[in-house]
Amino acid sequence: MATLKVGLVSPEREIWTGEAKMVVAQTIEGQLGILPGHAPVLGVLLDGSVVKIEPADGGDWITAAVGSGFFSIAGDEVSVLAEQAELGTEVDVEDAREALQAALSAGDDSTAERRARARLRAAGAEG
Amino acid sequence: MAQLRQLRQQIRSVASTAKITRAQEMIATSRIVKAQQAVAASKPYADQITAALTALVSHHVGIDHPLLNEQPEDKRSAVLVITSDRGFCGGYNANVIREAEALIARLREKGREPVPYLVGNKAVTWYSFRDREFADSWKGFSDRPDFASAERVGRRLTEDFLKTDEQGGVGEIHVVYTEFQTMLSQVVQVRRLVPLEISEAERSEAQGVLPAYEFEPTAQAALDLLLPNYIESRIFHMMLQSAASEHAARRRAMKSATDNANDLIGVYTRQMNQVRQAAITQEISEIVGGADALADSGGE
Repeated sequence: MATLKVGLVSPEREIWTGEAKMVVAQTIEGQLGILPGHAPVLGVLLDGSVVKIEPADGGDWITAAVGSGFFSIAGDEVSVLAEQAELGTEVDVEDAREALQAALSAGDDSTAERRARARLRAAGAEG
Repeated sequence: MAQLRQLRQQIRSVASTAKITRAQEMIATSRIVKAQQAVAASKPYADQITAALTALVSHHVGIDHPLLNEQPEDKRSAVLVITSDRGFCGGYNANVIREAEALIARLREKGREPVPYLVGNKAVTWYSFRDREFADSWKGFSDRPDFASAERVGRRLTEDFLKTDEQGGVGEIHVVYTEFQTMLSQVVQVRRLVPLEISEAERSEAQGVLPAYEFEPTAQAALDLLLPNYIESRIFHMMLQSAASEHAARRRAMKSATDNANDLIGVYTRQMNQVRQAAITQEISEIVGGADALADSGGE
């Protein structure tokens, strides 16, 4: 079966690269599942969402919290570029909880709240 | 004898300076490697965003976005000067500031009004010492820039670019930074960042055809996000290059300082030996002279 070549990069470093069966990303208008053979798309990511990757080697799903950014699909290559990106396994849950509390008490900043929630979701600490 | 003690003291003081400069040199050497790794780590993002932007612009000829448009009616030009926070790096900052001054003079000749934006403590000190005005300044990250800093700088610059002349906006953005070429050569570069120049280039066969993207949600929304990100990523790249250059310049400056100190120690040691030898010789001749005089007087 064909696989996708996935690259998840932030400006400071490459977060994850490898082969994958499927990638799920969230755009401003909704979730988008990407399988091999997808038409070329350039999409804007929802700021503070979770990108999920199913690795081709059959391992566990890889989740990552992403901030503002975009993704491009061309051929069977998927690149996710986000200004802030963090793998679920790297998320400091305590820190994310505090960020969420701070965002909730600040009130009007919905982006910070979404980002904190995305980090928790990526870490699997909150449904 | 006083001279001998003085020389000894000087040697001690030079040796302790040499120790410091040697340590600075070693720190800088290890930081160059880290800075180069940071440049390499930022490359995938920069490549991808350039590729996406290229694809977007080539498929939508006549695409319209304020960041792509010339603004000839705006008479002000932003000049972003990237220097270091700390000194001890030879001519690194002086070179950047000299190029920036040349650029400012050129812009004035063309009838434009240059507006400086400063990165790094050294540029800020230079400007405030001369009571010159500048629009904004950032410092505290020159030796290890992170993307968040580049973002802050980029945001401010694009905001000012999108303002009109009456609101204090600028019509173009130039950057003066130092490009790291090799360990031994770093070159000051002057680039115009905005408006972006779209160059027509033939694509070679090997590169293949650009994918005909669909846009999610719209091409305009994608462009609105991509262009500022692209500018921020360019600024980030320039900051990383400058940081690597700063460390290389510091390493070189500290190395020559250490070498000079060692030379100086050599010179002082020789002088000291000479003085000591002269003193000994003098003592011997005095003793011999004294003994002779004593023998002469005793013989009588």
